[in-house]
Amino acid sequence: MINSHDILETINMIDNENLDVRTITMGISLLDCIDDDIDKACDKVYDKICRYAKDLVKTGENISKDYGIPIIHKRIAVTPIAMLAAACPTKNPVKFAKTLDKAAAEVGVNFVGGYSALVHKGFAQGDYALIESIPEALASTECVCSSVNIGSTKAGINMDAVAKMGRVIRKSAELTADRDCIGAAKLVVFCNAPEDNPFMAGAFHGPGEPDCVINVGVSGPGVVRAALAKAGDCNITEVADIVKKTAFKITRAGMLVAREASKRLSVPFGIVDLSLAPTPAIGDSVAYILEEMGLEQCGAHGTTACLALLNDAVKKGGVMASSHVGGLSGAFIPVTEDAGMIEAARSKALTLTKLEAMTAVCSVGLDMIAIPGDTPADIISGIIADEAAIGMVNSKTTAVRLIPAIGRQAGEELNFGGLLGKGPIMDINPKSPSKFIARGGRIPAPMQSLKN
Amino acid sequence: MNAVITVLGKDNVGILANVSNECAQAGANIIEVTQSVLQGMFAMIMFVDISACTVPFSELVDKLTAKGEDMGVKIHVMHEDIFNAMHKI
Repeated sequence: MINSHDILETINMIDNENLDVRTITMGISLLDCIDDDIDKACDKVYDKICRYAKDLVKTGENISKDYGIPIIHKRIAVTPIAMLAAACPTKNPVKFAKTLDKAAAEVGVNFVGGYSALVHKGFAQGDYALIESIPEALASTECVCSSVNIGSTKAGINMDAVAKMGRVIRKSAELTADRDCIGAAKLVVFCNAPEDNPFMAGAFHGPGEPDCVINVGVSGPGVVRAALAKAGDCNITEVADIVKKTAFKITRAGMLVAREASKRLSVPFGIVDLSLAPTPAIGDSVAYILEEMGLEQCGAHGTTACLALLNDAVKKGGVMASSHVGGLSGAFIPVTEDAGMIEAARSKALTLTKLEAMTAVCSVGLDMIAIPGDTPADIISGIIADEAAIGMVNSKTTAVRLIPAIGRQAGEELNFGGLLGKGPIMDINPKSPSKFIARGGRIPAPMQSLKN
Repeated sequence: MNAVITVLGKDNVGILANVSNECAQAGANIIEVTQSVLQGMFAMIMFVDISACTVPFSELVDKLTAKGEDMGVKIHVMHEDIFNAMHKI
């Protein structure tokens, strides 16, 4: 029989510590929708998404009710649209984005990811046109998210794509300047992008994935922080153990939801993504966990070490709780989506350079960071290249999601509302890398790629 | 197939009766109850067998949650699998 302590602990986690399952993401392959007539291709895409995902939202809500655990998002990830755009090279791929948006509205999901291209080794047919169309696609849709993989440990870094993405990020912000530049908040530039990531904005359904799959992203920074607070003055080994035990419980809840969603929707289960994903809600912050470990404020010296411990312990606890683990799996540090990070950035305790160091030991990268509106595209490309280099050399995923705040300066704020949050515009180093970026070409894959 | 009903809040007359009555109407059979009142705070954990429920489980959840709101207490109704998953290896 279950003991009452365990029951009350779970209920306390849900009621007071923001325990939730962050997302059930259905991955749908669109490879069978490829057609050289873009109208036919779009019709097939719309029909397939609506057919496969028609019960996704309702099923998520029912599972949430049965088990009493909130499931915040139900989302869809699709095959990188560049693969579909390749078949109709003379047409504007934005039509695909509008189709995805329409299908998302029809089935009731809040985001659909996969307006994407994988160009880590070079541009194939369709890639170039798709990347060019990203700003317009993001400005003219509500729910569509975009990502571009520009580097990998195996392939090196495609510097032509890096240069291009600097311009695309700026343009995405410019076209949505009247909406706090939200276009750029829906665009991620990856190195080593995972093919089964359930989290937005970087989710897409990789070409190696099955026809349809259910991936689940867990969360729970508030639960981890509360567990550390209860433990009081213990040593750092005990801190790691507490994080592991808590991550195990959180992940088991996610695994249960994943198994149940897979059964009820008759779709194979893919992976659970063991992530600590913060929200702007007070108490749901990764920064507060780091502060609970003993930092005066997130960004202080010691932050990278605390984050490394946290990231590792989350994986160690979570990996035993799920039969298949994947996606990004680790701690997220999106600045505008984390109450503690927002405060730390406002007080300048947390800087862009510190964040870059933190990305070497956490699960993603420079995420949801507002930068001055007059930042040139070359500097954005320089930031992307640095971040991709960290990912490439360390055989890990890194990502860049920067929001140039058009018409605003460092110290002012952007406010996206909802889960994307708000935050101060952070200072950047204004020295120019433009000659380096203009060289183009490809950074060769590092020695780490030669494992065979 | 069991569910766990927890009730937490300020003590009042008839909390147990109301919850039991809702269970009976839904065909949920009570198999264990632990209840205490400490300094005016009512706390109850109830295990019910829902295999012979005459209404969908989600309806029982809604009814009991609403009942809790009427009585000024917090009622959670959750399938026992969530506790087994989180607390047992």
